[in-house]
Amino acid sequence: MTEGDGHAQAAAVARRSYGKLVAFLAARTRDVAAAEDALADAFASALTHWPARGVPDNPEAWLIAAAKRKAIDAHRMAKRSENASAHLALLAEELAIATIHEIPDERLKLLFACAHPAIDEAMRAPLMLQTVLGFDAAAIASAFLVSPAAMSQRLVRAKSKIRESGIPFRVPEREDLAERLPFVLDAIYAAYAEGWSDPAGTDASAREMAGEAIWLGRLAAMLLPQEAEALGLLALMLHSHARRAARRGASGEFVPLSEQDTGRWDGAMMIEAEALLRRAAAMNAIGRFQLEAAVQSAHAMRALKGEADWAAIVTLYDALWTMTGSAVIAINRAVAIAETEGAQAGLAALDALDSKALSQYQPYWSARAYLLARTGAVGEARIAYDQAIGLEIDPVIRRFLQARQSALNRTFS
Amino acid sequence: MEYMLVLFSDPKPLMTMKPADMEAMAGAYYAFTMALQKEKAFVDSRRLKMAADATTVTLDGGKSKVVNGPYIETKEELAGYYLIDVPDLDAALKWAARCPTAGHGHVEVRPIWPMPG
Repeated sequence: MTEGDGHAQAAAVARRSYGKLVAFLAARTRDVAAAEDALADAFASALTHWPARGVPDNPEAWLIAAAKRKAIDAHRMAKRSENASAHLALLAEELAIATIHEIPDERLKLLFACAHPAIDEAMRAPLMLQTVLGFDAAAIASAFLVSPAAMSQRLVRAKSKIRESGIPFRVPEREDLAERLPFVLDAIYAAYAEGWSDPAGTDASAREMAGEAIWLGRLAAMLLPQEAEALGLLALMLHSHARRAARRGASGEFVPLSEQDTGRWDGAMMIEAEALLRRAAAMNAIGRFQLEAAVQSAHAMRALKGEADWAAIVTLYDALWTMTGSAVIAINRAVAIAETEGAQAGLAALDALDSKALSQYQPYWSARAYLLARTGAVGEARIAYDQAIGLEIDPVIRRFLQARQSALNRTFS
Repeated sequence: MEYMLVLFSDPKPLMTMKPADMEAMAGAYYAFTMALQKEKAFVDSRRLKMAADATTVTLDGGKSKVVNGPYIETKEELAGYYLIDVPDLDAALKWAARCPTAGHGHVEVRPIWPMPG
């Protein structure tokens, strides 16, 4: 193991023990911010000491011992300033109890509180990353392309909303679970997707964020083993993550899925994803994440059979399109149709969409350009590539599109 | 925790409502109130007269300034409230969804500021 691995491992253990303790304290006091305050110093010192000295045998006990000293001090100080807070007293008590008993795992309750519909949707994933995993506002802000000051202010507001509005720390009852679980899964997936906003992997904190989102997915799948969609989400993230090394070429250029070197895909991760998907399918409760994972599974067939299962991909996108009506799905479906029925059929599927709503959506134009080129409509393809290039934010993708556009000239002119 | 269910609805349809429909609506609110009482969640409730009957006061340079009408003119106006006492936000949201106003207007769920003592 390299020194970097040792550091990452220690940090991961610290994050998990920290999340467990925040969840344990917050579930009792409903005060996430106070729980974080009580553990902040302990967590920071764990992040500095553990990588060098090794992870202690009982990381939670280590963190509790460190936090207890701090909480007792804070309690004393609050008493002196005559606004002795009931929360602080409760925290000190809970920390004292925590050393005696095994700490119950309340992280799922914390996830449900963070992804409560009363919390602003855009803040659910950041809130989970901070409270359950201990990422600081600056790291989250950079992944979500928000200024650190704004992110930290929004996090404070969201935590205050949990406390002041009485959002419960509870896994919903069976009847409500179906309605609430998607919020939790969506937020985990959002955290994963934001972790990928830097797919080159040059930003270490973003790369770590995707890995940690997978870990949250594992937690949800472990704690809700009967929920097919929780398993489906984990399968989807694992399939996608299995390809992380193949997404960039030797000189950092973007490599589209169909041209990736399958030898660089992570086989163990794909096998795990397949097993999850089979378990989920046996539950007969189909959902968006299982379908999307199944699409990835059909793409993964290329590693085994040299070709993706395009017929299955079209069928799955049909189902997803009916279920979500999402433009992203519709575009992917059109590209898949081009594989089974030819580029002209793919173009017809694209033409059936509301082009006005999609006119500023880069993937629409790049799909269009790609399919036009395949039908030989080079002039139109060139124009569509211009549009796609003009709309793209990521310079790496922009270079890829430009390369495609110039290849067009070489092939056809 | 105490919450106020703040009820917002458009009063216009009420003006042309058939007596039978009016009765059905009143019955729905009565049943909702009874259910709250039975579950020991009910604290208080009042219905308000039309916002058109409101008068709004503010101090302007130390002098009271009186204006006809509500502070904010909206299509759906403040029409009344339920004050309820329930364990948490989820319980409050459940009651808000059952409130007949949710079917034709909006129900805002606001935690009550706890007073010391």
